[in-house]
Amino acid sequence: MLDAKIPGGPLEDKWSYYKAHAKLVNPANRKKLTVIVVGTGLAGSSIAASLGEMGYNVKSFCFQDSPRRAHSVAAQGGVNACKNYKNDGDSVYRMFYDTIKGGDFRAREGNVYRMAECSANLIDQAVAQGVPFGREYGGYLNNRSFGGVQVSRTFYARGQTGQQLLLGAYQALMRQVGAGTVQLFARHEMLDLVVAGGKAKGVIVRNMDTGELERHGAHAVVLATGGFGKIYYLSTLAMGCNGSAIWRAHKRGAYMANPSWTQIHPTSLPQSGEYQSKLTLMSESLRNDGRIWVPKKEGEEREPNQIPEEERDYYLERRYPAFGNLSPRDIASRAAKERIDAGYGIGPLKNAVYLDFSKAIKDQGEDTIRKKYGNLFRMYEKITGVDAYKEPMRISPAAHFSMGGLWVDYELMTTIPGLFALGEANFADHGANRLGANSLLQACVDGYFIAPYTMANYLADEIKAGPIDVRDAPFAAAEENVHQQLKRLMGIQGNLSADYFHKTLGKILYDKCGLSRSKEGLEAAIKEIAALREEFWQRLYVPGGYAINTELEKAGRVADYLELGELMCYDALARDESCGAHFRVEHQTPEGEAMRNDQDFSFISAWEWEGADKPPLLHKEPLHFEFVTPTVRSYK
Amino acid sequence: MGQWKQQTLSRKNWMAFTGLFLCFFLVIHLAGNLQLFLPAHRAHTQFNLYSRILSDNIIIKAISYILFASIIGHVIYAIIITLANNRARNVKYHYDRRGAVSTWYSRNMGLLGTIIFIFLVIHLKDFWYVYKYGNLPLDANGHKDLYILVVSVYSELWYVILYVICMVALCYHLLHGFFSAARTLGLYHPKYARWVRMIGWIFSIGISAGFAAMPIYVHFLK
Amino acid sequence: MRIRLKIWRQENQQDPGKMVNYTLEDINPHMSFLEMLDTLNEQLLQDGTRPVEFDHDCREGICGQCGVMINGRAHGPLANTTTCQLHMRTFTDNEEIVIEPFRATAFPVKCDLKIDRTAFDRVIQSGGFISVNTGQAPEANDMAIGSPTAEAAFDAAACIGCGACVAVCKNSSAALFTSAKISHLVLLPQGKIEAQERVRKMVDQMDKEGFGHCSNTEACEAECPQQISVLHIARMNYEYNKAQVLKK
Repeated sequence: MLDAKIPGGPLEDKWSYYKAHAKLVNPANRKKLTVIVVGTGLAGSSIAASLGEMGYNVKSFCFQDSPRRAHSVAAQGGVNACKNYKNDGDSVYRMFYDTIKGGDFRAREGNVYRMAECSANLIDQAVAQGVPFGREYGGYLNNRSFGGVQVSRTFYARGQTGQQLLLGAYQALMRQVGAGTVQLFARHEMLDLVVAGGKAKGVIVRNMDTGELERHGAHAVVLATGGFGKIYYLSTLAMGCNGSAIWRAHKRGAYMANPSWTQIHPTSLPQSGEYQSKLTLMSESLRNDGRIWVPKKEGEEREPNQIPEEERDYYLERRYPAFGNLSPRDIASRAAKERIDAGYGIGPLKNAVYLDFSKAIKDQGEDTIRKKYGNLFRMYEKITGVDAYKEPMRISPAAHFSMGGLWVDYELMTTIPGLFALGEANFADHGANRLGANSLLQACVDGYFIAPYTMANYLADEIKAGPIDVRDAPFAAAEENVHQQLKRLMGIQGNLSADYFHKTLGKILYDKCGLSRSKEGLEAAIKEIAALREEFWQRLYVPGGYAINTELEKAGRVADYLELGELMCYDALARDESCGAHFRVEHQTPEGEAMRNDQDFSFISAWEWEGADKPPLLHKEPLHFEFVTPTVRSYK
Repeated sequence: MGQWKQQTLSRKNWMAFTGLFLCFFLVIHLAGNLQLFLPAHRAHTQFNLYSRILSDNIIIKAISYILFASIIGHVIYAIIITLANNRARNVKYHYDRRGAVSTWYSRNMGLLGTIIFIFLVIHLKDFWYVYKYGNLPLDANGHKDLYILVVSVYSELWYVILYVICMVALCYHLLHGFFSAARTLGLYHPKYARWVRMIGWIFSIGISAGFAAMPIYVHFLK
Repeated sequence: MRIRLKIWRQENQQDPGKMVNYTLEDINPHMSFLEMLDTLNEQLLQDGTRPVEFDHDCREGICGQCGVMINGRAHGPLANTTTCQLHMRTFTDNEEIVIEPFRATAFPVKCDLKIDRTAFDRVIQSGGFISVNTGQAPEANDMAIGSPTAEAAFDAAACIGCGACVAVCKNSSAALFTSAKISHLVLLPQGKIEAQERVRKMVDQMDKEGFGHCSNTEACEAECPQQISVLHIARMNYEYNKAQVLKK
């Protein structure tokens, strides 16, 4: 039985109660304890810096050439915090409620409340670090509004909030590296978790420059490795984002929770050809003034500006008159897919919809639009070569954020004692759909404010464990395991690249485990993925040697994706309801809206790895709603 | 870094200090030499008197030492900096078009400086050395007749041409050097940085044109 | 379109390396520059040759990992654009494209176009931060910071650490990178406290890494993807001189 270890008592006292009663580690003992942190994004950098400041020995790993390049850097919009600076009625409770409702009532009350509670501190922390948030002329912090809420609680640093927050955390991390409390290992990729005596005791990493495998021991291991949306191949994520660290931890006994819940962002640039490697996100704010439409005629060949008004289908305005073009992400994405699948898609690959500013330009003038979105229009022109002031943008949905991840309890500890998962790598706070500007928040809050307390609670009992000897059998076995896998990958010598398998897997998942899912589709996908995996192990070709070799890195990641993708399908299949980003076609209203089933599915799916030849085992953690009542999300 | 080894920024500061002192000297030098533009008779006596006053004055003497030190310092620092800069990129680009985004003279201060330095050696040999250690005739007032020397040197056309070419080099050197020195010393305010750049233009062109005009004037009109 | 490539190939740090020619047919002008390299790599892989190693990650111009010299220019012919944001339509049919790694002694080439930029991390490590511990920061709005100041700090903080400034500099100077961080932090009241120590340490580290002197040619600003102003370098000089003058 999974125990989330959520403290009892009133919602607003849970975290204070926990903090007051958690075990502590005496400063003199902290240097006897080593912690490994994998990943240097917001969650990873912040926990590594925090633990370093407290006096623990920290080893920080990242696969990028510098911690500053972790993909948190790419977040644009902002970070939410219930400071209520705008005096518009914001409070911790409101933020908690918005988040839990936005997640379609599939998240824990205790966790979500804690995130809202710590949000205000994060802004203080970031400002102290020198993050240049947008300010009003009086010199006080400014806010903007974001989707899904009725207050302005989003703090921003132009369109580069993620970058600025990450640089703050990175600088804090580098300060500790300079102070000697954190050892930094850039271009090191975690390839296995070492579990000894039922506890996480270290990792096996590969030095990506020399190809050497290294053993690192620790009293606790933190995985802050981000999301695995790159499994779809085409996504808004960076090329190197991967699920390998959490997947290998999963295979060592950590449960994966709700792995199929992936947020598909509605306003990304469409794929323009088979060669495409990445889908660039265009800020959601464009939907404030842009109108989304497709032609009414199937297979329309005319240029957008030649299609008369009456032959255009403004399908969001048609289906959701109340919210129209500002419908939430999951709904807007799904509606676009519905039109594209029905044959009304536009562009050379018929895979996009129009985002049209002609009405806004007519009403407000081109100058106003330029002032509001000039940088986005420039970016659009840079990428596509098209002037969006003259013709509509083409947009399409793209995989963006993994709500699922490693199962963690209230202490952010996985089912393996001593293994913690922070940020997007865990599943915790967003339920079945994440609200805009909550991802930066969650990553920071986990690293700065939560894990420093909960990890001390665990580490207090590890003082007597003494130093860890990496010559022990579990380390040797894990290293051998990694070594064998690398040898196997190099030894296949087939004729297909890792990218080929990645792209093929991505297509299967987009079609069958993407915006909408069906029983038949998922069952077919499980078979297709199994077949693809078999082909992978027979026909993969990894050129080059063991030292710097991008193809080898990719091959290892794709091998993991081929297993993780299957688990996603199992998860989506088992959840026989629609909720948030998870849309099962069998469960929709006559108008095509998602239908939740609280009676049977108000739980978190936590999957256990049973071995390569066996289907995964489902554990259910029931969700208890003591303080809010789940309602139907309606945007009509 | 050991105390004996200066930081890059300190070295650049010395370049700026010495360079700006040399700029200041150019103004004084030009102002004095403007006397050459006086009517021939007055120019003759006044210029020789001026030279005499300069060579006797103890303050001027002190300044002249600073001047020589500045020239030598500027050159030595330039060499040290250039060597360090070469070390900072040990493999050259195979194909290099980086010049598209900066001015050619800002990238070739060393070359321009070398031209100026060679000019300086010739210039000192022709005037300063002869005045100080040569046998110059005396004028009516008993002063060494530097004026005659100037006129005779500038009667050579090739010398005038060389002189003008070197003044063009000086102009480009100042064009970058003047504003660059201000930057090095830390003038970061955008408004004043703009002003300095403008003043730099006026200064560089004014000084170089002034000096270039002298041999031309003397050669063709005297 | 058809593209002729001349790419720097180097097995490892010790290998002297050389330029190698490749030809690609049927390149789609809408491809990004890095996707063109992906296409080349797929072709090399099919031929059984080792693909070209190059740095890249986010492919949207913010992570700062990509960056090569393209036809002799840092990040290619467009100003203020990262390599990943460059598209093939910028080039003409049958054009020869020369691709080399960013070069500086402080950025050793690791393999092909991959370089080691950890020198930048060490410059930040030496003092590019505000010494505040996590957890107990004071209320954010206790300290008002004028919007123009915050915006100016942002302009400096926008640096993505790609190294194009060093690559384009005739002296391989890291002045723009270092000064951007110094300027960002010194502009803010919370960063002023450590200003003197910070500038001294960061300049010291910058020198130790073997970067050259700044000659104020301003090429760095022209190639910087974030258009970081060269005036930050002047600001760094100012802060440095102030710190030297006030040093006890």
